Amino acid sequence: MELAAKIVAHYNQWITIFLMVAGLYVVVARGNMIKKLIGLSLFQTSVYLLYLSPGKVLGGTPPIVDPAFEVYSNPLPHVLILTAIVVGVATLALGLGLVVRINEVYGTIEEDEIIGKGEGE
Amino acid sequence: MLLDVILRVITKLLLPFILVFALYVQFHGDYGPGGGFQAGVIAAASVILYAMLFGLEAARALVPVWVVEKMIPIGVLIYAGVGVAGMFTGQAFLDYNHLAHDSVHGQEWGVFLVEVGVFVTVSSTMLGIFYAFAGRGR
Amino acid sequence: MEAAINMGLLTLMAIVTLGIIRLRNLFAVVILAGIYSFLMASVMIVLDAVDVAMTEASVGAGISTVLMLGVLYLTKVEEAQPTHTPILPLIVAVIVGAALVYGTLDTPPFGQADTVMNTYVGADYLKRSVPETGIPNVVTSVLASYRGFDTLGETTVVFAAGIGVLLLLARAKKPKRRKQGEEGDDAS
Repeated sequence: MELAAKIVAHYNQWITIFLMVAGLYVVVARGNMIKKLIGLSLFQTSVYLLYLSPGKVLGGTPPIVDPAFEVYSNPLPHVLILTAIVVGVATLALGLGLVVRINEVYGTIEEDEIIGKGEGE
Repeated sequence: MLLDVILRVITKLLLPFILVFALYVQFHGDYGPGGGFQAGVIAAASVILYAMLFGLEAARALVPVWVVEKMIPIGVLIYAGVGVAGMFTGQAFLDYNHLAHDSVHGQEWGVFLVEVGVFVTVSSTMLGIFYAFAGRGR
Repeated sequence: MEAAINMGLLTLMAIVTLGIIRLRNLFAVVILAGIYSFLMASVMIVLDAVDVAMTEASVGAGISTVLMLGVLYLTKVEEAQPTHTPILPLIVAVIVGAALVYGTLDTPPFGQADTVMNTYVGADYLKRSVPETGIPNVVTSVLASYRGFDTLGETTVVFAAGIGVLLLLARAKKPKRRKQGEEGDDAS
């Protein structure tokens, strides 16, 4: 019973950690650059959850003030993550742009092949 | 090709509603969920949808590249300009209290103008990024 | 009820993530990433972050999926077979994860109103927003007014990233690809 309570209390954080670690694993273990970028965005989205989960108040409503409601969730993490998402897609686009240029120059987006070509010269 | 016709017709029907929804999200952001970031992305998505179905050239005729490239810095300038305008009213940078006759109205005007700046930069950046990638095709 | 929906959606996200890790067809991975973003947006609605959910649904599932598909069109769809064993990254990931899980055990439980995070700054903004700015949506007023300087910085980052992509891709003519004995560079 105590274990179940603990799981409910920390489930969000544990899933956040799983997503973060999965992103880390993909970035380190995979050589394909698009896969690496997807891993980076997994890592990034896990940070969104890390911020938003503790701001939630059970029984609360979204932070739009109205006389009909008393309890609101914390608006501050929402502000921080809102801007982070848009910045995240802009930097993801920059990374994808670099991938396209690398593919044009080297003809591949696999890390190992690119390193091999660099040493061949 | 029959599927293609359905997609084209539905897209043409949907486009004005998507754009109006973007404007709703932009201007109703003070009272409901929304704001410059979301509205900018939705507006850019409508043009991207148009480009995906009718071709890049048609989209570039609708929103020319030079307009997009001008809008990217203009949004940041609007935002920073509101901040500087706050300084001219005797307040700190990005303090909107004296932009109108009282501080509440000043705040509302400041937030409105700042969101316009965000909208301009975000929508044009997303569209410019899409044009750059799509124009790279062979 | 809220907590149950939340846990169910999070479990689905974890399953989709396993799919993203295992699959080698990048087209499938990109579509799964879009599904992941929609699930993330749903979780955000359950967590009361409606503004953020709207952004995530349009940005994460819309724009970034389109951009990724565009890049797949320009490059290769199939990921190469691995040349290293993934043992070392797996060990690193498990150790980092275990350390972080150990760290969560002392944090406040999910959904409490009386935590340190929810009682000071956030509650203050909720009280001050309508009297001071006349804006009921506290997220908008904090974004554009109380933390306007922060948002100016973020807008500048978006601007800089956009300029960077335009510099990388829009102007330069395509250079001739190098072919040096490696098998072909047939993109897509």
